Amino acid sequence: MDFLTVLQILDSTLRLSTPLLLACLAGLFSERAGIFDIGLEGKMLAAAFFSAATAAATGSVWVGLLAGIGASLALSGLHGVASITFRGNQLISGVAINFLAAGLTVLIGQSWFGLGGRTPSLIGGGRFEPITLPFAEALSGVPIIGPLYAELISGHTIPVYVALLCVPLTWYILFRTRFGLRLRAVGENPAAVDTAGVSVVGLRFAAVAICGVLCGIAGAYLATGLQAGFVKDMSAGRGFIALAALIFAKWRPWYALYATLLFGFLQAISLRPDVIKSLVGFNVQIQLLDALPYILTVVILAGFVGKAVPPRAGGAPYVKER
Amino acid sequence: MSLMKHFLGAAATLALGTGVALADPAIIFDLGGKFDKSFNEAAFNGAQQWAQETGGSYKEIEMQSEAQREQALRRLAETGSNPVVMTGFAFGSVLAEVAGDYPETDFVIVDAVVEQPNVTSIVFKEHEGSYLVGYMAAQASQNNTVGFIGGMDIPLIRRFACGYAQGAKAANPDTTVIANMTGTTPAAWNDPVKGAELTKAQISQGADVVYAAAGGTGVGVLQAAADEGKLSVGVDSNQNGLHPGSVLTSMMKRVDVAVYEAFSADELAGGVQVLGLSNDGVGYAMDENNAELVSEEMQAAVEGVKAEIIAGNIEVHDYMSDESCPALSF
Repeated sequence: MDFLTVLQILDSTLRLSTPLLLACLAGLFSERAGIFDIGLEGKMLAAAFFSAATAAATGSVWVGLLAGIGASLALSGLHGVASITFRGNQLISGVAINFLAAGLTVLIGQSWFGLGGRTPSLIGGGRFEPITLPFAEALSGVPIIGPLYAELISGHTIPVYVALLCVPLTWYILFRTRFGLRLRAVGENPAAVDTAGVSVVGLRFAAVAICGVLCGIAGAYLATGLQAGFVKDMSAGRGFIALAALIFAKWRPWYALYATLLFGFLQAISLRPDVIKSLVGFNVQIQLLDALPYILTVVILAGFVGKAVPPRAGGAPYVKER
Repeated sequence: MSLMKHFLGAAATLALGTGVALADPAIIFDLGGKFDKSFNEAAFNGAQQWAQETGGSYKEIEMQSEAQREQALRRLAETGSNPVVMTGFAFGSVLAEVAGDYPETDFVIVDAVVEQPNVTSIVFKEHEGSYLVGYMAAQASQNNTVGFIGGMDIPLIRRFACGYAQGAKAANPDTTVIANMTGTTPAAWNDPVKGAELTKAQISQGADVVYAAAGGTGVGVLQAAADEGKLSVGVDSNQNGLHPGSVLTSMMKRVDVAVYEAFSADELAGGVQVLGLSNDGVGYAMDENNAELVSEEMQAAVEGVKAEIIAGNIEVHDYMSDESCPALSF
């Protein structure tokens, strides 16, 4: 296995991790505020469809991104109204959103484009193009560092860099700002926050809205960054892997980065059975690698490696007075 | 009284008339949907062609989940549709159970063999068509490396891969064939993101022609190959027009012809129909989109191979005959 192969696998890891990371951070905001969200998958799917459809109609990927975020925000709003305002069951609301998105995207797509729920292929400005970072050309001659910079770090689409920047930003917002402190408090002990005169409902809606924006970017990246158009069910369970990563990361931003990079790496290496064989000396079943994120999550949940403690008020609607 | 008799007679005639008119054909599309630009869409085109030419109408159902198969079959049979055509190997076991309950209904299944008196099974020699496109891929490859990306890992898709590998090795014995499957669940037919990543991984291993037999996942394969400036090979329908100048050819599986003929037939014979190169059931697609990619010599060579296969001088090994492939290991 040579250096270029390693670079290619890491490159693929970064691309495959990005939607997971964005969705994972989205879930992190929501769950830290005490709103469980298994509708990440549905929001990503809706965002993927509306970003691709809008980009196909307008020819601008940025308008598409906005439409994707808008669609995801609308579903987030639905989740918020159901589980915060009306104090419904958060899991049921999330499942409903997943089904709604899976059905609606195909239905609307068929009525708009008549392509069986697909959108037309995006060309030119309708997609995120890879951007070359400064000095990538100049440095590419330098051994090791040059190719590492030119191949692995440079040459991705903008959402990849946005996702990576979101990690320190999330850490800063949650752990260094007043808003973040209150948001975390609302997930641990909403009554205390309410006593201090801060609106629990307002904070939870803010968290759910941030979750919607991040899911929107993740979905738009799937359809307009990684792909050139929408295909039905194209999120293919990535929202659920992101949820697993969130538990694996114990609801912390930096761990979320490591967890999603690990899960992305597992997906990337499963594309190269020849490399796995040369590393370990025998054929490893690809299915095992695909299942590994879930197995690892179960191991973590069972308390074998550290302990994953969810936010204490998670899943429970806040009732002021009984 | 005689007036009453007339009315009754008229009503009876009307009832009989509607009984005959109700016997519209019906088609069930497998998971993937009728607009997958591939297998199901070919079946849909055949049905549409029949509807346009005869002015008739037909019923259709698109599968949304595995659990609906039996329900859909029974519903169509009970509402009097005849014949009932279904596309996809996955109907095999269900149809074997259901067909006996509706002896008056003719069933047609594409891609699987069901041995019942009222079932006509249509199977294709995909390995022969894949052999031809593999031959072309190896000729077009600069690096002597060609790729194959399958959808769900099932024997049928391995048959595509095996024929392709044999064709590629026949054109150039030094050719390396890299084969990957997208997954082992039906979700593998609809994951273009993974298809694109697999394509990029194969390209980094030197492949410069990639053949996708993967339903909706293939959309991602063809896209990634076009983005990277490499060639791809489409499947089932003619996919040359999806990325003009980048799709080398498409392995055509004439599901449309099969469906059209099933709808048009007065009486279905039952038994197994095998469609191969000799009766144009499979083939490779040439049109204005790939005219520049396929040189005169390439086309002459592949036509020669086609004639040899039809004449029986070249035997293309069928993976499903013994679950093994001489040219490729999975």
